[in-house]
Amino acid sequence: MHHPVRRLEVEDLHSWYGESHILHGASLHVNQGEIVTLLGRNGAGKTTMMRTLMGIVQQRKGRAVLDGQDLLAMPAHHVARLGLGFVPEERGIFSSLNVLENLLLPPAFRPSGMALEQIYTLFPNLQGRDTTIGTRLSGGEQQMLAIARILRTGADFILLDEPTEGLAPVIVEDISRALGELKALGLTIILVEQNIRFAMANADRHYVMEQGRVVDEFSNEALQSNMAKINAYLGV
Amino acid sequence: MPDIFGVPAAVLLGQVLLGLINGSFYAMLSLGLAIIFGMLNVINFAHGAFYMLGAFVTWLCLTQLGLNYWAALVVVPIVVGVFGAVVERLFLRRLYRIDHLYSLLFTFGLALAMEGLFRYLFGAAGKPYPVPETLTGVFRLGFMVLPVYRAWVILASVLVCLLVWLVMEKTRLGAWLRAATENPSLVTAFGINVPLMLTLTYGFCVGLAGFAGVLAAPIYQVSPAMGSSLIVIVFAVVVIGGLGSIGGAILTGLSLGVIEGLTKVFYPSASAIVIFVVMVLVLILRPAGLFGREN
Amino acid sequence: MSMLIKGLAGFTVKYKWIWWIGAFVLAATLLLAPAMVYPLLLINILCFVLFASALNLVLGYAGLLSLGHAAFFGGAAYVTAHAAKTWGLPFEASVLLGTLFAAVLGLVFGLIGIRRYGIYFAMITLALAQMLYFIAVQMPFTGGEDGIQSVPRGMFLGLVDLGDINAMYYVVLGAVVIGLMVLWRTLHSPFGHILAAIRENEPRAVSLGLDVAYYKLIAFVLSATLSGLAGSLKVIAFQLASLNNVSWHLSGEVVLMTLIGGMGTFAGPIIGATFVVTLEHMLATSGLPIALVIGVIFMACVMLFRRGFYGETVARLKVVLDRGHD
Ligand SMILES: Nc1ncnc2c1ncn2[C@@H]1O[C@H](COP(=O)(O)OP(=O)(O)OP(=O)(O)O)[C@@H](O)[C@H]1O
Ligand SMILES: [Mg+2]
Repeated sequence: MHHPVRRLEVEDLHSWYGESHILHGASLHVNQGEIVTLLGRNGAGKTTMMRTLMGIVQQRKGRAVLDGQDLLAMPAHHVARLGLGFVPEERGIFSSLNVLENLLLPPAFRPSGMALEQIYTLFPNLQGRDTTIGTRLSGGEQQMLAIARILRTGADFILLDEPTEGLAPVIVEDISRALGELKALGLTIILVEQNIRFAMANADRHYVMEQGRVVDEFSNEALQSNMAKINAYLGV
Repeated sequence: MPDIFGVPAAVLLGQVLLGLINGSFYAMLSLGLAIIFGMLNVINFAHGAFYMLGAFVTWLCLTQLGLNYWAALVVVPIVVGVFGAVVERLFLRRLYRIDHLYSLLFTFGLALAMEGLFRYLFGAAGKPYPVPETLTGVFRLGFMVLPVYRAWVILASVLVCLLVWLVMEKTRLGAWLRAATENPSLVTAFGINVPLMLTLTYGFCVGLAGFAGVLAAPIYQVSPAMGSSLIVIVFAVVVIGGLGSIGGAILTGLSLGVIEGLTKVFYPSASAIVIFVVMVLVLILRPAGLFGREN
Repeated sequence: MSMLIKGLAGFTVKYKWIWWIGAFVLAATLLLAPAMVYPLLLINILCFVLFASALNLVLGYAGLLSLGHAAFFGGAAYVTAHAAKTWGLPFEASVLLGTLFAAVLGLVFGLIGIRRYGIYFAMITLALAQMLYFIAVQMPFTGGEDGIQSVPRGMFLGLVDLGDINAMYYVVLGAVVIGLMVLWRTLHSPFGHILAAIRENEPRAVSLGLDVAYYKLIAFVLSATLSGLAGSLKVIAFQLASLNNVSWHLSGEVVLMTLIGGMGTFAGPIIGATFVVTLEHMLATSGLPIALVIGVIFMACVMLFRRGFYGETVARLKVVLDRGHD
């Protein structure tokens, strides 16, 4: 068995919204081709972790290195060039853009990006909707669009924040299937997920966050046997 | 030709055309204001001053450098735009995160200073600028005699407005700009240098005001006060149209020019204030403006 | 240094009479000033002190940026000048009429614009004021570019001849002090506290069931009225009503006075108006372009000290004092 390639390394990461200190020294790492989840209660800092890595939160300290490049040292608009793609929790579909414009919005920095046909095969719902206003799509379709536009850029490391939030089970299944295909394509993914079953079906490893720190880690196999502990962390 | 409301149709049509000339300037300036506001959240009070700067640089080009009108038409918008971009970089950028009122006040001070500087250097009196030779002469339209230059102004500004509208609505760049208006940090996360885009947008819109200044030089006298008297009217236009829409800004600008022209026929003494009256009516009947979305 | 200030602060709290001496010195200065300084300059300063303080009521305390306050100042000036010159009304009646006109105008502007926020409000007031400017250019009674000249000053209470510049000064001083007292009382009344609450957190004020627009409107009308009083006094003292008084430049200048002194502080506009008017007076003879200097100060003020002279000083003192207490 070959040694896993370390892609992202986060150590003692802190970040702030103005005066409020949100990340309190979080550490984690992600290997090539892995799907890793961040679990944790509401307000634990999962979204903030992603926003900090993307440079959307600018007040930050510590270490975050992707493929040997220091994320904290570069301007926010350079991060995407490293192949890091962000699918935000609120989906971020633009109401002043139609579906096609939304899809073509993020520049494709790498030639490996998916072609539109591939995208429509993955998400048939998006086909033929080009001129619909982005925000007129259903919640599930908006989620697909948010993922699709990142796949088009050739990003091979994706930050996926609660993709199943508020979606009907059928749609969750669609997204789950798409995730499987992305994994098969060799993409690396950090997934924030409240839905444990969804998380288990897709991920290799799981981190638990609490009050801005990473407090525990489980392999997917270990998750089942530690359900009580997980439930305590998540407060269910 | 028949009479309309007791006014010969010829006179009426003539005033409509003349109104379109003023309307062209309203449209170009309010278009720039609307884009700047959408992207930077700045009410650019100095917009009129940049227009004045454009006219003055045009005049200086001719009198000091011997650069003719056509050269000015290319050079001046660039000069004005670069100056605007520098202002954005050095000053406005630092004001985005605080109350919008401060950027308005800053550009207000800038307008005062620019107007004061030009009055100090060149006096308050207007400077004539000759109509370029190729555009002298008139079209005899039957109902009126339209100077070629004025026709050119309407044509050029309508074309420029249309071009800007097309870029904003139909191109990738336009999509980036619209997206950045909605959610700049997400657009940055997609790898687009939004701060640079803001600088360029400001520079471009201000350059557009400079372009309007070049067009204006042969029609109106080139004077330090030409900008401020126009900008206040353009503000009223913007309040009427609402700041939300680019197409709206263009349409409102043109149509208010026409309304102003028609008022000259029916009730000449009110022509200076008719736009403000329309503004009051719109505020009462449709507070967000004709094309506005208020937040 | 901090020790000194701390000592000083303690001292002033302990010895209240220091304040009384301060007030006495100020009063004496104001009363004796015309013997030392050109009285018309003093009158000009006083009028702008009142004007800027009135603007501050909306700008600093109600959070409304008006870019059209010259309409009230200059509109009142025209009405007062016309009343005194053409109708031959006495001083008091002319000033009252001008002030009343400003109040009505304030009500009209307010009703049109008060529900709009921030920059929209600024643009609306600017445009409405410009409309008045154009009307002033066209109406025959304003004298167009020439303005209304040689406005008679008349007699104060039919007793004191205001042709005497010193008498004029004291009358203006009295009126401005009364105007400032009205503002002070307003700010320290329940109404003032409501304004403060609205500025602090408007949504909360709305949720408490306050009719926010109504309170803002009252503040705006009061502000317009006092601005009108300032304009009426000035036109009588200077005997000239002109287009300058209704121009957007003046609306901007009075915003600058408030900003540079310190928005939302009582002393701020007083300091700011004194500074700006004095500066303009000095510039007028220096040959330097006033508008340029004013514009540059404006920009510098926005970029560097948004709290103004007074606000900045107080804030720094506080920092020093707090450090002293630790
Ligand atoms: N823009 C902001 N300004 C200030 N505080 C914020 C901001 N966004 C989030 N926070 C705070 O940061 C903390 C972490 O929020 P975050 O959104 O990262 O949590 P989360 O783990 O993603 O929660 P959820 O599961 O609800 O999405 C919360 O206490 C939240 O209140
Ligand atoms: Mg979250």
